[in-house]
Amino acid sequence: MIIAQRKPLEEIKEMVASYEKVLVLGCGTCVAVCFAGGEKEAKLLASELRMARQMEGKSTQIIDHTIQRQCEWEFIDPIKELVASVDAVVSTACGIGVQGMAERFEDKPIFPGVNTTFLGMPVQPGEFVERCQACGDCILDLTGGVCPVARCAKSLMNGPCGGSQNGKCEVNPETPCAWQLIYDRLAKLGQLERMMEIMPAKNWSTSRDGGLRKIIREDLKL
Amino acid sequence: MSETPFEPEITAFVCQYCGDMAADSAGWNRISYPANVKIVRLPCTGKVDVHHILNAFEHGADGVYVVACPEGNCHHINGNLSAKRRVTYAKSLLDEVGVGGNRLEMFHVTAAQGDEFARIAAEMTERIRALGPSPVRRAMGKSSG
Amino acid sequence: MSGDNGKELVVGSKLERLLKAGHFVVTGELGPPQNADRSVIEKKAGYLRDAVDAVNITDNQTAVVRMCSMAVAKMLIDLGIEPIMQMTCRDRNRIAIQSDLLGAYALGVRNLLCLTGDHQSFGNHPQAKNVHDLDSITLIQMVRQMRDAKKFQCGEEIKGQEPRFFIGGAINPFADPFDFRPFRLAKKVKAGVEFVQSQLIFNVPKFREYMKRCGDLGLLDKVYILAGVGPIKSLAAARYMATSVPGMDVPQEYIDRMANAVKGIPQEDKKARREAWEREGIKICAEIIQQVKEIPGVAGVHIMAIEWESAVPEIVKEAGLLPRPKLEA
Repeated sequence: MIIAQRKPLEEIKEMVASYEKVLVLGCGTCVAVCFAGGEKEAKLLASELRMARQMEGKSTQIIDHTIQRQCEWEFIDPIKELVASVDAVVSTACGIGVQGMAERFEDKPIFPGVNTTFLGMPVQPGEFVERCQACGDCILDLTGGVCPVARCAKSLMNGPCGGSQNGKCEVNPETPCAWQLIYDRLAKLGQLERMMEIMPAKNWSTSRDGGLRKIIREDLKL
Repeated sequence: MSETPFEPEITAFVCQYCGDMAADSAGWNRISYPANVKIVRLPCTGKVDVHHILNAFEHGADGVYVVACPEGNCHHINGNLSAKRRVTYAKSLLDEVGVGGNRLEMFHVTAAQGDEFARIAAEMTERIRALGPSPVRRAMGKSSG
Repeated sequence: MSGDNGKELVVGSKLERLLKAGHFVVTGELGPPQNADRSVIEKKAGYLRDAVDAVNITDNQTAVVRMCSMAVAKMLIDLGIEPIMQMTCRDRNRIAIQSDLLGAYALGVRNLLCLTGDHQSFGNHPQAKNVHDLDSITLIQMVRQMRDAKKFQCGEEIKGQEPRFFIGGAINPFADPFDFRPFRLAKKVKAGVEFVQSQLIFNVPKFREYMKRCGDLGLLDKVYILAGVGPIKSLAAARYMATSVPGMDVPQEYIDRMANAVKGIPQEDKKARREAWEREGIKICAEIIQQVKEIPGVAGVHIMAIEWESAVPEIVKEAGLLPRPKLEA
């Protein structure tokens, strides 16, 4: 899922400083599951903003609401009136949701309440780790199900580099070396010979480098 | 100093199996504690949400504390530990807002510790009295006046 | 020599000629300055000129901004010293690297060391975006393809003069997983590397084991392996390398020797202590050179004395490797 992290209050306060009535809009999907911008977090942020603005003698008309997804029109459209009733919106959705809102409500300032951080999973409660970089050309079949693009600090296709020590990455001794993980996993699969194959220079044109990515599915079109 | 002495408003979230019974114990043993403390009884402090804590401050509390069972002795196994982590997180939010994380605290007592319950109430009342009114409450006073 | 690495000269650099003539080669390393002062290069080059056969020019080593390796390589050529230009994948994509290779060849550079590059978080611009379009192995493949197939990485033909480099790489026998390290060298050989220089060696038995395994894979006939060595400057440096530098394995023996080197010298006499440490550091380095020289498959040594280039002549002398061979023009 998409993992995000709440922005510091100071930054959000600054964004909405000149607006009287502000809606904190939570998103009930990815950011709710990673506890960054779901219903509870939207309530917390609204409460924080009210207290902070109260202390500054400013308007405390900060309301909160949460919709299931801010990345799909069908969930955004029903809150048209609510959005119309406020001066600005702080969206605690990921960057996709913030842009969905901004596209739908062109004359309304929509501010990001979270930093969209990565595609990953909670490996244990309270610990979220990156797993995928959406490079557009998955090679997990070759790397024992461990992604070197997202999990190696240098996105090496032919690792591990000389900085792999005791299974850890030299960039951060708490991070497992992705290529050590690949090596261990291939050993378990009885596929260590894959490590001997040279992986060619990756084609990055399917990644963000190739420009805006788009998928068209005629079968789904109305 | 012409103002009337400041009497803090304090909200205590207490577990029904320990904090609340400790309050009872204090009663039976005729141990008095400051009247500043308003008690919110919960089935377990694991029910304390960060939002409840912020809500109390937003509505004018000068201080908040949570009274849970001793560690390792929660009636619901580990609700008290959840509460402890949430209190730590809520402290960071209160610092961020400017209310001050030191207006919030976590305590553990057993049902029999009426004296400890009273001591905690007195300690928090003194702490908050020394800190003065919460900045939120102060601001509320201004805007209403 | 057999396999990929025949004795015929493919590039004709001094390094290639010496290695193929069977000389025990000595390479050095020159760290470009963090400024635009050419005189620094001239001074350091002076120390290395007669002590080594070729000199590595680091490419923004440890991700700290320094004078560009191509410019420094050209300066060395003008000073009559053969450069081994380092090229990392951290700061340039395949377009920039190939463009640099065309330029470097045109300027007279003939040896290229292909590296992945230290992560920018170790340097002075940790906020920088890293590139890593290629890695060291695909970089080696690309350089080899440009030379031998006269093709750019995309497959397009290079019309006219192709860049021809004697292709080098790096090995770290002390990184993990240890069992895989010889295989990684095998991959580099397969990609087209012709010589490699190793990470600093202090743990000679472990390096010997690594070399044995490389021999078992039949690599020793296919690639020239230069053992990386370097002088320890002080006890603190020894301890630091032992505990804080990833991929560095410094046995306790050398730490003890550095500690004993200053026995009897009063703490206050900083100069005498420094000199004693430096003497011991140089001595240890020369001893390690003599030990690795005896290991089958070691074709030379690569002396890394970054910011202490002045120690190199003494190390080479103490190791009994002077004078350096001269090549007929």
